[in-house]
Amino acid sequence: TMFATQVYGDNGKMKEYHYTGPVEHRFSPYSFNGGTVLAVAGEDFAIVASDTRLSEGYSIHSRDSPKCYKLTDTTVIGCSGFHGDCLTLTKIIDARLKMYKHSNNKCMTSGAIAAMLSTILYGRRFFPYYVYNIIGGLDEEGKGAVYSFDPVGSYQRDTYKAGGSASAMLQPLLDNQIGFKNMEGVQHLPLNQEKAVQLVKDVFISAAERDVYTGDALRICIVTKDGIKEETVPLRKD
Amino acid sequence: MALQDLCGFKDSFLNSRWNFPASHRMAQEDTSMLFGKRTRDISSRGLSWSNSESPLHLYIPAAEYLSESPIQFGQINPNTAPYHITPLHQDSTLPFLSFPPGFPPSSSPSVPLPFPMSHGTTTLAFMFQGGVIAAADTRSSCNGLVACPASQKILPVHSHLVGTTSGTSADCALWKRILARELRLYQLRHGRRLSTAGAAKLLAHMLHPFKGTELCVAATLCGWDGGEVETCPLDRLYYVCSDGTRLQGALFSVGSGSPYAYSVLDGGVRWGLTVEEAISLAREAVYRATHRDAYSGNCVDVYHITSHGWTRRDREELREERLWRKVGQNLVLNLHLSCFL
Repeated sequence: TMFATQVYGDNGKMKEYHYTGPVEHRFSPYSFNGGTVLAVAGEDFAIVASDTRLSEGYSIHSRDSPKCYKLTDTTVIGCSGFHGDCLTLTKIIDARLKMYKHSNNKCMTSGAIAAMLSTILYGRRFFPYYVYNIIGGLDEEGKGAVYSFDPVGSYQRDTYKAGGSASAMLQPLLDNQIGFKNMEGVQHLPLNQEKAVQLVKDVFISAAERDVYTGDALRICIVTKDGIKEETVPLRKD
Repeated sequence: MALQDLCGFKDSFLNSRWNFPASHRMAQEDTSMLFGKRTRDISSRGLSWSNSESPLHLYIPAAEYLSESPIQFGQINPNTAPYHITPLHQDSTLPFLSFPPGFPPSSSPSVPLPFPMSHGTTTLAFMFQGGVIAAADTRSSCNGLVACPASQKILPVHSHLVGTTSGTSADCALWKRILARELRLYQLRHGRRLSTAGAAKLLAHMLHPFKGTELCVAATLCGWDGGEVETCPLDRLYYVCSDGTRLQGALFSVGSGSPYAYSVLDGGVRWGLTVEEAISLAREAVYRATHRDAYSGNCVDVYHITSHGWTRRDREELREERLWRKVGQNLVLNLHLSCFL
């Protein structure tokens, strides 16, 4: 099966350098603002991290635009792609969370938020939100949970996932270091919080080296039963 | 209701009874379309959805506004507004679009269509004396990248019905959910389970309004009707596609790897297979397809449906299988060589 792809986002990335003949330009409602998001689930914690660069084409609009948004005390969402759709989508999710809280007198759980987001995204199947979402949080039993989405709402629960412009570079590294895939004769040690945070920092430093849309700073949100802790780490600014 | 309007969230109960008493007319830039189940009738002025049970509210952009220049984009003008928050006041000022000429806006290139890929997967299903076997690989690809190496392409709909999915993941997951819900409602209303043929017809009719759009669902529904003794033994396997196809058959394979799977299956499927033979045949077919098709790979899932319901075999990693076979091949080669020497 196919996930909906990144075809929408070719505007905003660098265009052809050489003149290739007359081209008809149409107004495109989408633009690609870059950014990478990463989430890791542990035994009793979850980490959601994103870079803070907002770019468009050759320009950087902002160096301080983090892509992690806190939804509840136990859930954080990371959205990358088209910034306009990210903002609207987070507003809609916040509103729906409030409505749920008012009518059901309890906060939405991570799994419920994930299912709701899937239907919100699919409601725009024919004019999608150009956003790659990853939700990180704690499930009802207090274990870490990561849910990854494609732009039209297909989702599943994972242990770790990278999304955004550098996702193709980061995902194999995570498969190897967290999933212990493609390694012979290695002990499968469970991930503790300090090692996970260090791994996330190393992984983003690598991404900033090789992806032009990733850099400036790294914002890490660590979700535990005691709440959400935020950390900011500088990255390459060039 | 400000929050709800912002989200475009309409509680369907409230919506149909008090906000849309008679008819819901589709404006030229109509946005939210209520998808009624069966009782819609096209009145002379447009569309009236009298059934309040709408499984899904879908936002359909009309082509016209997207080709507007950016200067007019977003200005609140009834003719050019991209979406309206309160669809109640549209009435006489807005021209409406009579269904179906403007809808769906499939042929317009205004919203770029997704990457035109064939169904990148291998799924298959066949029936035999011991029930129905459904098998699929687990690779979800996205424009050349493997988005998920461990996705589930065979989704149980209820205890006696399983559907293999191929096409766009989001479409398949959501329409399976909708189908499961509608089947459950049918069971509650009529006191019996809907047959596989009925489920296939229902799915085909639900997908029909989206024919011509980018929606891409190609599913085979495998089920068992009735109790221990089947009412109709041939009626267990249906292929439903979002382009409108609905076929009953004994053997189907769907996806980019299906030619390879068909060749293996055509050579081996007989009515009289035992359960173990059937399962190993299905695994072999998927294995061969994953070997040759780039868009199929990783693991294989096998489901077996009988009168007691469906059972699932543990997911098997095919890489070890490949290594094992290579070792086996080398052994055989060495044996041959040693014979000749």
